[in-house]
Amino acid sequence: MNLSHFERMSEAEWRVAPFGKMRVPAVIYADEALIREMDDKVFEQLTNVAALPGIVQAAYAMPDAHWGYGFPIGGVAAFDADAGGVVSAGGVGFDISCGVRTLHTGLTAAEITPLKQRLADRLFARIPAGVGSTGPLRLNANEMDAMLRGGARWAVEHGYGSAADLDRIEEHGCMAGAEPGQVSEHAKRRQRDEIGTLGSGNHYLELQEIVEICDSKAADRFRLRQGEVVVSIHCGSRGLGHQIGTEFLRQMVIAAPGHGIDLPDRELACAPIKSSLGQAYLGAMRAAINCALANRQVITHLTREVFADVMPGTHLALIYDVSHNTCKLETHTVDGQSRRLYVHRKGATRAFGPGHPALPNELRDIGQPVLIGGSMGTASYILVGTEAGMARAFASACHGAGRSMSRHQATRQWHGRALVDELAGQGILIRSPSLRGVAEEAPGAYKDVSAVVEAADRAGLARKVAKLKPLVCIKG
Amino acid sequence: MNGVHWEHFPHQADIGVRGIGPTLAAAFEQAALAMTAVVTDPAKVVPDRAVEVRCEAPDDELLLVDWLNALILEMAARHLLFSRFDIHIEGHTLHATAWGEAVDTAKHQPAVEVKGATYTGLKVGRNESGQWLAQCVVDV
Repeated sequence: MNLSHFERMSEAEWRVAPFGKMRVPAVIYADEALIREMDDKVFEQLTNVAALPGIVQAAYAMPDAHWGYGFPIGGVAAFDADAGGVVSAGGVGFDISCGVRTLHTGLTAAEITPLKQRLADRLFARIPAGVGSTGPLRLNANEMDAMLRGGARWAVEHGYGSAADLDRIEEHGCMAGAEPGQVSEHAKRRQRDEIGTLGSGNHYLELQEIVEICDSKAADRFRLRQGEVVVSIHCGSRGLGHQIGTEFLRQMVIAAPGHGIDLPDRELACAPIKSSLGQAYLGAMRAAINCALANRQVITHLTREVFADVMPGTHLALIYDVSHNTCKLETHTVDGQSRRLYVHRKGATRAFGPGHPALPNELRDIGQPVLIGGSMGTASYILVGTEAGMARAFASACHGAGRSMSRHQATRQWHGRALVDELAGQGILIRSPSLRGVAEEAPGAYKDVSAVVEAADRAGLARKVAKLKPLVCIKG
Repeated sequence: MNGVHWEHFPHQADIGVRGIGPTLAAAFEQAALAMTAVVTDPAKVVPDRAVEVRCEAPDDELLLVDWLNALILEMAARHLLFSRFDIHIEGHTLHATAWGEAVDTAKHQPAVEVKGATYTGLKVGRNESGQWLAQCVVDV
């Protein structure tokens, strides 16, 4: 990226003063190497976001930002409904409430190693992954609506997991304000048999070893011990979320002129929060958040069943569950004033600092666990929200590495079988229904997640707590 | 390259699908094949089940996105892959029959699921050689 438009505010903060139609500045958090590698499209998209009606403070991009749809992936923007603010389907993304949850196993890598092959095979057999796979449930119309209202709470009520899980999920497992009536029959049709499925692309279920503790106080509070193994699940709202994103994006594109919104890019389609379309989208999008929470909860249950079978007595306690494609109504302090804002996070993780009322009691004094997913073969990280981070980017941090190479380039450079063998040589077992899918998701096709996390830490967005290395990866 | 064909074009996180043909309908058909090729080799998909699709949009570009999204819905809800299409377009209304078969993981080795067709890289029109071109990026 050309840096001539930017003023460097600190080691890891870059600012573009408003020009043209921008209403607020654009700010990118990244080190110099990461921002130089970013596509110029990130600049273009972020400055477009800064021009949207009702935007507050600044349009932000995280260190893993890359070219998205309308909004950059790794973009954060907040809007005030009373100031004509908008909600954007593109600002949330197609995979609504895609996110990560991480569970303790309480087992050490040494204890897992003898059973690693068996665990990998059993998890691959049990967790539906990839194109065309179906989950363990078939939902009729009433059950579908109950799931869309209840989220993970609905799943727990149906025997998938325990009430203790709910406290460790954003919104305590159930997003308020969901309106299943705003979710189309097409979207519900796509979801009938998809609850409890991983999906494909960069979605996965991994067993990961904690290889480094960077903040022992927070690690103690999250009960993370070096050498122990955790399970991380990365997936979203499946077909239902994709269909909602598709349908509302189209409606917002067509309705924009009527709302007096001049779109520099169709993908930036949005509607005033106070319009009927804006409200309809919020109701449907919240239902999709519940769908994602229910989905990860059911997959958690299937994972626990496999562990109960292969390693009886193992207790998989949930550390936390974060969503990184959302729009949520939150209270933030802007220029000393407390304001209610609709915060879009597209490929960005909420990172509430200590004392935030949304955090569960046991974690309130330390801050929110921020879960950063890697890609097969690379590291994942657990960070913690900080006091300082609350004042940056509306308490948001990065979400992962972000691609640095297209799928085509990746398949030209790597072959699935060779990659699986190479990773096996490093002690990482890959299980996937598609070798081409594995090649397209090659670890080398992604940015260096460690550099992204380092930049997030240096920028004060969140503090590094632990580094995780994959042992087993079930890839969709 | 001349004549009726499809191709992919690069996008950092996702993938672009492009159809080229002598008519708008032929370009839409090729774009749909390009989308199947994101998931699997279209030659491996036996066209033995038919699904009817109808879409209507304010312009040709939105019609392409609607057409691909209608196929994505049918692929997802019925767990199908498509390899043959019969498309009729009048004005901005499209009627089509798509033929395909159920996803077979062992046979098709599906690489990735298509989540939705997008407005990125969206273009429908004639190219310099007078052929119709229909393209957009699909989110995977």
